[in-house]
Amino acid sequence: MSEFPRFLNIPLADWIDSFMDWVLISFSDVFDAIGHVFLMMLLNIERFFLWVPWWLIIAFVGILAWRVMHKWTMGVVMAGLLVLIGSFGYWKMAMMTLALTTSAVVVSLAVGIPIGIFMAKSDLAETIIRPILDAMQTMPSFVYLIPALMLFGLGKVPALFATLIYAVPPVIRLTNVGIRQVSKDTIEAARAFGASPRQILFDVQMPLAVPSIMVGINQTTMMALAMVVIASMIGARGLGLEVLLAINRIEVGRGFEAGLCIVFLAIIIDRITNALATQQQKNLES
Amino acid sequence: MEYNNQADQTGEICVEVNGLWKIFGKKAGEILNSDIRFESKEAILEKTGNVMAVRDVSFSVTRGEFFVIMGLSGSGKSTLIRMLLRLIDSTRGSIRVNGADILKYSKKQLRSFRRHTTGMVFQYFGLFPHRTVLDNVAYGLKVRGVSKEERYASAQEAVETVGLRGWENYHPSALSGGMQQRVGIARALTINPEILLMDEPFSGLDPLIRREMQDELIELQDKVQKTIIFVTHDLHEALKLGDRIAIMRDGKIVQIGAPEDVITSPADDYVREFVQDASPAKVLTAGGIMEQPEALLYEWQGPKAALHTLRDIKEDYAFMVSRNRHLLGLVTLNRLKTVIQNDGSSLNEAFEPDPPTTSPDVILEDLFPTAAEADYPIAVVDEDGKFMGEIQISSIFENMIQGKEAHADE
Repeated sequence: MSEFPRFLNIPLADWIDSFMDWVLISFSDVFDAIGHVFLMMLLNIERFFLWVPWWLIIAFVGILAWRVMHKWTMGVVMAGLLVLIGSFGYWKMAMMTLALTTSAVVVSLAVGIPIGIFMAKSDLAETIIRPILDAMQTMPSFVYLIPALMLFGLGKVPALFATLIYAVPPVIRLTNVGIRQVSKDTIEAARAFGASPRQILFDVQMPLAVPSIMVGINQTTMMALAMVVIASMIGARGLGLEVLLAINRIEVGRGFEAGLCIVFLAIIIDRITNALATQQQKNLES
Repeated sequence: MEYNNQADQTGEICVEVNGLWKIFGKKAGEILNSDIRFESKEAILEKTGNVMAVRDVSFSVTRGEFFVIMGLSGSGKSTLIRMLLRLIDSTRGSIRVNGADILKYSKKQLRSFRRHTTGMVFQYFGLFPHRTVLDNVAYGLKVRGVSKEERYASAQEAVETVGLRGWENYHPSALSGGMQQRVGIARALTINPEILLMDEPFSGLDPLIRREMQDELIELQDKVQKTIIFVTHDLHEALKLGDRIAIMRDGKIVQIGAPEDVITSPADDYVREFVQDASPAKVLTAGGIMEQPEALLYEWQGPKAALHTLRDIKEDYAFMVSRNRHLLGLVTLNRLKTVIQNDGSSLNEAFEPDPPTTSPDVILEDLFPTAAEADYPIAVVDEDGKFMGEIQISSIFENMIQGKEAHADE
């Protein structure tokens, strides 16, 4: 029997473990601080969603869907999906999930758009960041749970952190693509009139990248929502936890209900952000 | 006396380019220091993988001049015009604008130079698709940090100058190609630059629109009197617009001269081939072929004195002018005799008040309709109505034939 030679073994797992140990010991204060900020944000958003009366949220979503999709029927459908979530008895859970998703998206944009800009401005940055993004997206999402758990313990914050890592690549990628695809002629014209790199970025590149960035936001949101179920394994409450419990107890009906609620949320968010992205594109073309 | 489009070379020099080189590629320095630089573009590309775009170009442009750089694609003309505001950096040489070497400018100085001194118009317009026409036109001032109110006021003025009133709030995509380029021109005019750089601005437009835009540009130039550096691959456009033309080939300037010089004495075979099918009717101007009449009549002269003058020069007509040489009319021998027979005492009874006239910069082709109707020579007058010379109908055709022969001979 041929065996892979032992002397070629690379103890990557050991290295990563000791690296994590070192990070934990050296930067525990930093992670505590970050964790605190994340927690405050998350709690406030959650409190807000639970504070707003349910009918107001349904009305808001209905009207928003109608306005951005230019069809009143879509408004009714979207509002109807929310009503269904409520009638399944999952309103509160759905709001918690929504809060976690929103927080993850907000942080993703805050981190992802600047990274995307940086990546667009430097070819070297692009060559380095691109494979990292590939890895982040192809790595089984459960893997993120472990470092998140180690850094932030159990609860909402590690869930947010794991969701962030899983969901941030699309917005980085599409910001990069959006800026890079701005026509050279347009940028040259701005340069010819004496625009500084900063003015070119904010006057020309960013506005023209908006449709692309909107697509990135849409994808990031979808991925964040998908990660929510997995994140519940380390303590995020909400719809994900319901699914998890249903799996543990083999309660098909309960699992199906909670799963359906996630699907409804996904449809609502997807259609609305998608319509916004299309609208941005149209604005540019008209 | 000799009127042509030649720039006043004694005028103040605005742009002065000296020994300018541009090589695209990593071995630029190496090539410049070896004899490879004299080889053809293709040979250099094959040997080094680098592209020789502009080689040893020198020229100067005087203030208010319309300077055209003409060449086929790949001749380096677009690279050259971009180097004039450092959108592309040169490999070697100097570019002086109002005496200052812009190649030595810091980034900040360069931005200030682009914001105040130059305005550029692009072949593919380079408009901002997400901004309205007015915002596009105002962009140069926005970059400068001018207040919204002020920059919109200037932009509005420029929009009206190029005839786009009413389109201010549309996006560029709603406009036709010709209109988009008007926006491009207005954008450059708004910052009131000293130098207008135009990179094939009309090449993307269909021929009718192109002609219209050329005419408007000439009109505009009369009004604003900018120094214009204009790049084109179209010989007719170059001949029509330029005070002087620089012809580029393989990155080199092979000839610089007034349109008529280029047509009548091409510097080499390349230029000759280029101008082969340029019709002299499109190049030669009324001012270029006019002659001075042997005599003029003056308004204070009596009919008999006038008759004497006509007999003296053996002509049956003469132009009559006022004390400050304003053209009053045409006096013919027959009319004059009638007046004398009727004992008329003043020349005023003997002249036809509206003889056919033309201005000096009209090309021969456009003179044909006037010539067809004229019984007597055509008077050339300047914009104030001052008499400058006359054109015999026969000389129009003689000049065209000579112009053709001049480059068919060689």
